[in-house]
Amino acid sequence: MLIKKATDIPSSEITPKNLYLNRRKFLAGAATAGVAAATGLALREMVSPSITALAGNKIDGIQKSPFSTTETITPYNDVTNYNNYYEFSTDKDGPAKLAKKFRTRPWKVKIDGQVQKKQELDVDTIIKMATAEERIYRHRCVEGWSIVVPWVGFSLNELIKRANPTSKAKFVEFTTIYDPGQMPGQTGSVLNWPYVEGLRMDEAMHPLALLCFGMYGEDLPNQDGAPIRIVVPWKYGFKSAKAIVRVRFTEKQPLNTWNISAPQEYGFYSNVNPNVDHPRWSQAKERRLGEFYKRPTLMFNGYGDQVANLYTGMDLRKNF
Amino acid sequence: MPRWLKPVIFLACLAPVASLVWKGLHAGLGANPIEKITHSTGDCTLTFLLITLSVSPLRKLTRQYWLISLRRMFGLFAFFYGTLHLTTYVWLDKFFDVHEMLVDIAKRRFITAGMTAFVLMIPLALTSTKWSIRKLGGKRWQALHRLIYFSGAAGVIHYIWLVKADLKKPLEYASVLGVLILYRVIAGIASRGPQAPKASTSEGLRKVAQD
Repeated sequence: MLIKKATDIPSSEITPKNLYLNRRKFLAGAATAGVAAATGLALREMVSPSITALAGNKIDGIQKSPFSTTETITPYNDVTNYNNYYEFSTDKDGPAKLAKKFRTRPWKVKIDGQVQKKQELDVDTIIKMATAEERIYRHRCVEGWSIVVPWVGFSLNELIKRANPTSKAKFVEFTTIYDPGQMPGQTGSVLNWPYVEGLRMDEAMHPLALLCFGMYGEDLPNQDGAPIRIVVPWKYGFKSAKAIVRVRFTEKQPLNTWNISAPQEYGFYSNVNPNVDHPRWSQAKERRLGEFYKRPTLMFNGYGDQVANLYTGMDLRKNF
Repeated sequence: MPRWLKPVIFLACLAPVASLVWKGLHAGLGANPIEKITHSTGDCTLTFLLITLSVSPLRKLTRQYWLISLRRMFGLFAFFYGTLHLTTYVWLDKFFDVHEMLVDIAKRRFITAGMTAFVLMIPLALTSTKWSIRKLGGKRWQALHRLIYFSGAAGVIHYIWLVKADLKKPLEYASVLGVLILYRVIAGIASRGPQAPKASTSEGLRKVAQD
């Protein structure tokens, strides 16, 4: 494993705003060069007002982590205005608007299933269980785009150890809150609600698997999964369940929501794998938000050195 | 039709692309501008295809027979936005990698459908001139231009096959297309039926002149 040097600059300041705005101008300008004739029409009213970032509370005492990448961090505005969060909306810019008033306190997380003692923990108790770390991870969506996010949290195994699972616990299941009153997307039936995801026990215990409650040095914004979520950087983004209210330990492999929705397209494992295409599109390349050209997708999203041994002897084509 | 109307509609049809350019120059295309351009030009293609198909029913229902003179323009705008949509794929998604595109067309059914929809529009755009109508003869020209139904259907299927879970938008297009096709089927049956009143001679002549 590579130990990367720590930086003293707060991550939210790494990419200056004007720099990425210029990049946008270049990008969009290039893309539309062929139809520049139409620019004569000044249609100011058609430009939607840009949404300002929600400034959250700063989290104190965040430690740097050797797991962080030194790749350029995706701007905060992109990560907070381009979300797949179907509980709010299937439009990428929908969650930022619709999650504004989402209540993240009080918040309880139920711990049950194959555990010594079932319990219900307050989210603020969980957050204080271990030292908060900044983990700058690559995040690859199954749709073929990626971002680099400075998450804040600690290894999921810190929670699992304290949950005292029994020897029968082979998997962990995570359930997102079901609250159609607050989550307009749940009033429709695009997916089976509530959203459920799962990991094999050894995956969940892996130090890279993150229990996350912040990003960019601040509390997690609502549209990014507040108050508490998981981040599994070597798997497609949908494995990283948001707004978790239940952690259940099971003997049998949990059924995850996307697998129920389209079993031939989304498996349980869903490890990032450039060699196994989604049935409808290639997974060989990805577009990093902010970049013009596509870049090759890396096996296990570049975390192969750390996690490949979890899957020795497994046919990853079958267990996609 | 007032003289100024057609140029005004022409400019209005350019509004979507103008808006894209404007937003592009003012950082208004969001975190993934290329995706936004792709989706927006795709939506415009389907919208203009459906507008084109609405002209003749609308003309008959409202008896505003001059509407027909707008149909070619709408059809060509469908082709225009389709070309932009295809360009975003060829350029910004595949970066002119011919091999990768051929694999895509063969392997990915939503690409196959989309490509079919586009290819079917090409002969329609090429024969959109008055000269072509004369050269082909009205009947043959009309038969050829029925391809628009297949292009529209392929376009809608392309959309249905590409979405992950939320079928709402593609199904909206599909239902509009369905209604427009159904209208023609019913109108066709009605005009062939024994009870259907024959079109008066003057009406028939006008129809020929304007179609």
